[in-house]
Amino acid sequence: MALITVAQAVLEALTAQKVRVVFGYPGAAICPVYDRLLDFPIRHVLVRQEQNAVHAASGYARASGQTGVVFATSGPGATNLLTGLATAYMDSIPLVAITGQVSLDQIGKDVFQEADITGAAEPFTKYSYLCKDPRQIGRILKEAFYIAASGRPGPVLIDLPVDVQRAEIAFSYPDSVSIRGYKPTFAGNALQIKRVAEAIASARRPLVCIGGGVLSAGAGAETARLAERCGLPVVSTLMGLSAIPSSHPLYFGMLGAYGNETANFAVRGADLLVIIGARAGDRAMATPSFLEKRSRVVHIDVDPAEIGKNVGASIPLVGDAKSIVSQLLDCTGRPDCGEWVERLTRKREEAEALWAQRLSPPKPGFIHPLRFMRRLSERLASDAVVTADVGQNQIWAAHGLRLRQGRFLTSGGMGTMGYSLPAAIGAKLAAPGRQTVVVCGDGSLQMQQMELATLCQEGLDIKLAVLDNRSLGMVRELQRLQYGGRLSASALDGGPDFLKLAEAYALPGLRLTEEEQMEEAIRWLLEGSGPRLLCCAVDPDERSL
Amino acid sequence: MKQILSILVENQAGVLSRISGLFSRRGYNIESLAVGITEDRSLSRMTIVVDGDSRTAEQVEKQLNKLIDVIKVRRIPSTDLIQRELILLKVHAGQNERPNIVNICEIMGAKIADITTSTMTLELSDTPERVELMVELLRPFSIQEMVRTGMVALQTGGDTISGAKKQG
Repeated sequence: MALITVAQAVLEALTAQKVRVVFGYPGAAICPVYDRLLDFPIRHVLVRQEQNAVHAASGYARASGQTGVVFATSGPGATNLLTGLATAYMDSIPLVAITGQVSLDQIGKDVFQEADITGAAEPFTKYSYLCKDPRQIGRILKEAFYIAASGRPGPVLIDLPVDVQRAEIAFSYPDSVSIRGYKPTFAGNALQIKRVAEAIASARRPLVCIGGGVLSAGAGAETARLAERCGLPVVSTLMGLSAIPSSHPLYFGMLGAYGNETANFAVRGADLLVIIGARAGDRAMATPSFLEKRSRVVHIDVDPAEIGKNVGASIPLVGDAKSIVSQLLDCTGRPDCGEWVERLTRKREEAEALWAQRLSPPKPGFIHPLRFMRRLSERLASDAVVTADVGQNQIWAAHGLRLRQGRFLTSGGMGTMGYSLPAAIGAKLAAPGRQTVVVCGDGSLQMQQMELATLCQEGLDIKLAVLDNRSLGMVRELQRLQYGGRLSASALDGGPDFLKLAEAYALPGLRLTEEEQMEEAIRWLLEGSGPRLLCCAVDPDERSL
Repeated sequence: MKQILSILVENQAGVLSRISGLFSRRGYNIESLAVGITEDRSLSRMTIVVDGDSRTAEQVEKQLNKLIDVIKVRRIPSTDLIQRELILLKVHAGQNERPNIVNICEIMGAKIADITTSTMTLELSDTPERVELMVELLRPFSIQEMVRTGMVALQTGGDTISGAKKQG
């Protein structure tokens, strides 16, 4: 067998894994891999900061259903990945990050650009490897892709010393993996499935609560079918948004601290809560102990450690959401819960009727972000991908957008500012035919504005809607509500003129300050060709809900 | 309440830090941790004693099971186990003290591992309670230094950890 370098073996393995796009940033310690990259038909997207390579790979993974891949160099290149890895880990996104490392004989000597990245990334990765033996590279890559995408997905990191990358090996990529300590459960236990089916059939006020696990398993359609067949109302966490179309008659919106009234009413009133692929985090369920007492809880999750962690489950069921919901579809009878669904439907209609009235009237010089989101979603393509950042813009987007067959991508668990633009870059590369829209604030834009260059370099048609209130709106809101209005470090007065910033990247920009121009501005944003930036003036005192 | 976890792990670099990191990260207190190689050289076995209620122990067990390097986890009920701890103790022992110390060693079944004109180093392998008692008995003799391994444990009877199935 002809010998090849480990660097080349990495690219052979990526090819075998059908990786089409890699996001990264080169440096000395990863140069052998970058050198070989020129010989492979793999698109490399050069981000402007390594953290954004991880976010972009995350957007790519979420929009394509495939594992995202990241390259970075040793030291600061690697440590810059950490926030991205932590973000992906919290939201269970499958990624493989490959970092360069100083050569084996120099490890531990604090040489230039050396960092213990496997150690530093330990709490934020599903698994990590420091590849010391060149002959192990095939096994390591095969395992890394398997671990990242199976069970509860997550990021895996491979640290490759530069001399290992140059080493020559006889390489063949393994066909299969066997990891004795890792055997994720896929199908649900038949007896537990039966118990869940019985619990659903005998409930009077059942409620299905879906989370990100439904999306990562691709179980949205099955879940909607289960809801339809059994007449079950459904609510969602932030991470589960867009798994079921907002317009579905059995869908009642997002629950939790930033959730809507009907969804939270449903959670409080349910006698059976069926949680699917959600970890019942504090933002979704502030008082899980109350729920445990009030209702029976069925908890379906691919990760056994999530069951019983935040909320006690009467019936635990471990497995992949798609497989379990399909199993349930075969055996679950329709409960007598028509009255309950009618009550929720009435409640939703009342809330909807009041919705417009409850928003403050248009103010000169500003647009109302929630009205903007509604109008925006009316104009969106039915399969649009919308990425939202973190802060008030995230809540406005989560509430105001009515998604049909589209996808909603945001940093749910970690709440990482600066996620939306790189994630949109990844999503657009995964699905070039889908309309891709970024919703962010002026604060979050300034955490990621360097990626406008990546967008231009890759020639991506991404629409940016910036909700500009010249402040860190969410922090400001918190300071108003809980700190007696003492506004500390939450003004962003020094922010740039975003239209001029857009112009610097040769992007068309438009400022929207009056609601009567909203329709026209949204059309300009969505119907105009190519990337563009719409800067919407928002009153800094506007509340998120 | 003390919970005893017996864990079979891959015998490779970084595993100990992954496991100890998990404990500190999730706020579980390790009372003791002992680790060594097993009959299969590619595996190590750890005995970890944690302080917590059974819900905490269940969470610890599940989180440990999530680690790729962990092959098996078993919570051993304190009634069904053989537990041992090794202690080495150096005490001040001049001519006058020596007979008394030798006497304690005989009663406790401890060995004399080393002796000098002014000190004795004693060795005892026994249950943590008996080890504690040994320390108490020797306290009046001015303990110069001591070291304990932390508890290791195996379940009683013919059952083995390999018979326990890993979850998830």
